[in-house]
Amino acid sequence: MSGYLSATLAILCINLIFAYGIFVTAAAGQINLGGAGFQAIGAYGTAWLSASAGLPVSFSIPAATLIAALIGFLISFPVLRTRGVYMVLATFAFGEVVAGFLLRSPVFGGAMGMVVPAHIELPAIIVSAVVVTLLTFYLMATRLGLAMRSLNDDEEAAIVMGVNVRAVQVAAFTIGGAFCGLSGALYAHNFAFVEAQYFNSLLSIYVLLFVLIGGAQTAWGPLVGSLFFTLLPELLRIGGSARYVVFGVAIVLMMMLRPEGIVTRDLLRRLSPRQLFNRRPASGSAPRD
Amino acid sequence: MTDTPALAVNAVSKRFGGLAVIDNVSFAVPLGARMALIGPNGAGKTTLFNLISGVHPIDSGDIALNGRAIDKMPPRHRVSAGLARSFQNIRLMPHLSVIENIMLGQHTLADSPAALLNPLAWQRNSVWRQRAEESMRNAGIDVDPDAAVTGLPYGVRKKIEVVRALMSCPRLLMLDEPAAGLNPRETAELSTFLKSVGWEGLTLLVVEHDMSFVHDLCDRTVVLNFGRLIYNGPTQGVQDNAQVREAYLGSRRVPTKEAGRVA
Repeated sequence: MSGYLSATLAILCINLIFAYGIFVTAAAGQINLGGAGFQAIGAYGTAWLSASAGLPVSFSIPAATLIAALIGFLISFPVLRTRGVYMVLATFAFGEVVAGFLLRSPVFGGAMGMVVPAHIELPAIIVSAVVVTLLTFYLMATRLGLAMRSLNDDEEAAIVMGVNVRAVQVAAFTIGGAFCGLSGALYAHNFAFVEAQYFNSLLSIYVLLFVLIGGAQTAWGPLVGSLFFTLLPELLRIGGSARYVVFGVAIVLMMMLRPEGIVTRDLLRRLSPRQLFNRRPASGSAPRD
Repeated sequence: MTDTPALAVNAVSKRFGGLAVIDNVSFAVPLGARMALIGPNGAGKTTLFNLISGVHPIDSGDIALNGRAIDKMPPRHRVSAGLARSFQNIRLMPHLSVIENIMLGQHTLADSPAALLNPLAWQRNSVWRQRAEESMRNAGIDVDPDAAVTGLPYGVRKKIEVVRALMSCPRLLMLDEPAAGLNPRETAELSTFLKSVGWEGLTLLVVEHDMSFVHDLCDRTVVLNFGRLIYNGPTQGVQDNAQVREAYLGSRRVPTKEAGRVA
């Protein structure tokens, strides 16, 4: 495999895990615009544990993932006191605080960043992405996943159905934090270098776009969104500097044509073999979103 | 009365700002009864439902479900304690399918971590799904269980909401205008269905404007006006009650042809 191809594949897998980290909270109705902060925690966590503390990768990556999960758990309590656009701002602020903290911490190399000597190869990254994808599909199939989706639709009605709203939201933030952290840890060991400037708000916006453009209704959404966002800019390289324009137009078109994301439940329903080969057209599946 | 009532509302008050929306309301719903809660628009019927189900906290008084105080419980514990409700405007989850909406109604029955992490969507033969499909059939909901709820006719969605509320096996089922927007045939079907569900001890409290529906279904009626209870007695006598007539029509002289439909 060429270096270019394997590098692109690694970015795709890391982006996919990162996108699932944001998707898990989005599926439960919460927008997390602090993704880069969680990813930075995972990246710096493993960087410090492996480069400074000399621990093996097999320990530092899971440990960094758990640290990000713990931070996700803790930060969910103040964040969940806010709603709507204020929640977006609160998570955004969290991301900025993490980046600012890292930039001013000599332990983490400050603005110089950290070199991460321990390298991990592509197969390990692919396996991680597959595991996270399967875990997310599994989660969305469970009753907990059903409760999460119900919160996204109508929180008040979900309360009256007996759903423990706060517990479900905290769980979503914790799992989301873990996935973002894992993506950061893999990034650190794959690129051998971390710097706080990389984990900026633009990164948080991009990963949120992966999810929103791909579709936050099903676990297929982030998969399609990550593919779209990772591969389209690469394909557009042929077109030179015009690619940014084309890419931007493509995003706008997606938002206009598929406001709920590329993959919706409705699309999956129509594409399901049951529906395609069913003699009796399902009653009441008429109006589409 | 020696029997513990299914629902006992005792001296409950609620103010929004300076406005007393519910003012010292007391009544009891006997176990197994089907009671109607009626009143003119803005009388506080839905607010009272919200107070009982815990959407809003009460200011004073107390509420007991089967003799157990519930007014300080979070809403989800009230569901576990045996309370279920529907909403005035259909509040089905638009992105969930019919069967997923109904299975959401079983949420409080799945109270172990194993039940929460059970991949429902992958098990087409799980007991949960079978029970939900059976309830659909019993209620005469003849649609594809995996269809989107958003495309379904109003009457069907209304039925799904009632079935969803029944999935938690409640002791007290509170329905907020279940017959609103239904055609006469659907209304009659709903009434028959609600009478047939009656597992032992299921108590109904129904907010409704359709008086023929109320007469058909409910033996007892309470009437609210401006947040106060003005009538508590048999449904039969409600239209002859002077205070009730005044509340609805503002006059004591009532043309008899209005008697069929108070609202």
